[in-house]
Amino acid sequence: MKIDVNHRNPHPRVRLALPLPKYKVLPHGGFMYKTHISGCTLEKKNLLRLQMALRSLATRKTLTLALNSTRLAQSRALQTFSLPDLPYDYGALEPAISGEIMQLHHQKHHQTYITNYNKALEQLHDAIQKGDSSTVVKLQSAIKFNGGGHINHSIFWKNLAPIREGGGEPPHGSLGWAIDTNFGSLESLIQKMNAEGAALQGSGWVWLGLDKELKKLVVETTANQDPLVTNGPNLVPLLGIDVWEHAYYLQYKNVRPDYLKNVWKVINWKYASEVYEKESA
Amino acid sequence: MGGGARKPTEKGKKEMACQLLLTDFTLPLKSLKLSHSGLRLKGRSIGLQKASTTVAYYGLKTPPYNLDDLEPYMSKRALEVHWGVHHRDFVDNLNKQLGKSDILYGYTMDELVKATYNNGNPLPEFNNAAAEVWNHDFFWESMQPGGGDMPNLGLLEQIEKDFGSFTNFREMFVEAALSLFGSGWVWLVLKRQEKRLVVVKTSNSINPIVWDDIPILNLDMWEHSYYLDYKNDKARYVSTFMNHLVSWNAAMIHMARAEAFVNLGEPKMPIA
Repeated sequence: MKIDVNHRNPHPRVRLALPLPKYKVLPHGGFMYKTHISGCTLEKKNLLRLQMALRSLATRKTLTLALNSTRLAQSRALQTFSLPDLPYDYGALEPAISGEIMQLHHQKHHQTYITNYNKALEQLHDAIQKGDSSTVVKLQSAIKFNGGGHINHSIFWKNLAPIREGGGEPPHGSLGWAIDTNFGSLESLIQKMNAEGAALQGSGWVWLGLDKELKKLVVETTANQDPLVTNGPNLVPLLGIDVWEHAYYLQYKNVRPDYLKNVWKVINWKYASEVYEKESA
Repeated sequence: MGGGARKPTEKGKKEMACQLLLTDFTLPLKSLKLSHSGLRLKGRSIGLQKASTTVAYYGLKTPPYNLDDLEPYMSKRALEVHWGVHHRDFVDNLNKQLGKSDILYGYTMDELVKATYNNGNPLPEFNNAAAEVWNHDFFWESMQPGGGDMPNLGLLEQIEKDFGSFTNFREMFVEAALSLFGSGWVWLVLKRQEKRLVVVKTSNSINPIVWDDIPILNLDMWEHSYYLDYKNDKARYVSTFMNHLVSWNAAMIHMARAEAFVNLGEPKMPIA
């Protein structure tokens, strides 16, 4: 099999349909191919993989051609993220969370996470294209932090609702039942989350999550801006409460327990129920 | 909620030197056992309303300046909350925890921090208590009214030797402060083994003395430290600290003490 650089695969995502060399049918019905390269025999899928790999090696050498590289860039267009709008006014969550905090939290903090996330993604994109592995790995912590910040805060805004729009109203339906089963009662869930939130050192989040594999509700905490999924790949966040100081400082100073007690008045259980029903289906 | 009037006079500066944390760098990390070098102070009630009957092991140290002396760079209100509420709560917390069990009785603040750090597995007495008390005591000392500017004499020479130039050091310090994820502290530290100054950033309450290094300066990057004055503008807070608040006098005193424990080589003598 010659490496023919003039016949680059214009559609990297399409499987190559190269003519396959001679094969021998095996007893169990599989095929065994003999390669020209080392003379060893390979199964069909491995042979195709080898062909793909060699082909992509060839194309990489010719990536300097502008045409090819723009085509590649288009096929991996970088998506930038933008600040989602709040479904309520900044002052709508008073007196549980002050309007000043909501405005700063949304317009400054969340926006900063998004800006830095976009920046890190762009740098990552460049590093991947150049094959600069050490930069790729170096950027991981910035992506986890800023990307996590964006993910977590996007969930947080949906977790809150003004009182007149159902904020604070206890969950009914399947989520309410699941809470009673897993924690005994809504009060004891709230107590548990408040205790874990207050005990959290430094900055982080306290979560009510659904473990999809074990099919049960869990209370978890994550540090800094780590999303819930860093605690377990099967965890789905239903509710997250931001216990970073910026989330409550202007109003509650260092009395985080007071903030935790009051935030339940504006928690949007409807959203949590929807997510629960969708994910536990 | 202010302490006694302490203007930065000559006498005041000497007092300040005496008030600085007497960190004991000779003692390595000890296993938990009773020691004789304990301090036992009755809690100082500086205008506190609570009349508690508990015996307090540690008292709240006042900063070596009035609470409004750092205006307009750090407002009186910020200090009132940061020192008067946060720091005070840490001290109360520490006293409460020390009161629960005898095992940490008689430790100095340093030993307490090192022992409760527990080689990376901090005990509850560490986080919101011992380490935070230590860090905040050090923080008030790391600032002064009319601070900022540059160090001079030996400290400047050492900085230039270890960072290339003061500007480099400043850039590193600011960058460390701004790149810290979450809550933490930024330190200028004299490393005992490497015998050089480095900028170190730590998470939550971690303190370089647990690695047996000697802090020279620190900066609180927890949000509570700057939120009231600067909201989310960390960059402005850090540059204001470097320009107007950082106390190179305190840094020089800390450095002078540190040199008693770390041999930095022969001093450069002027040629007669």
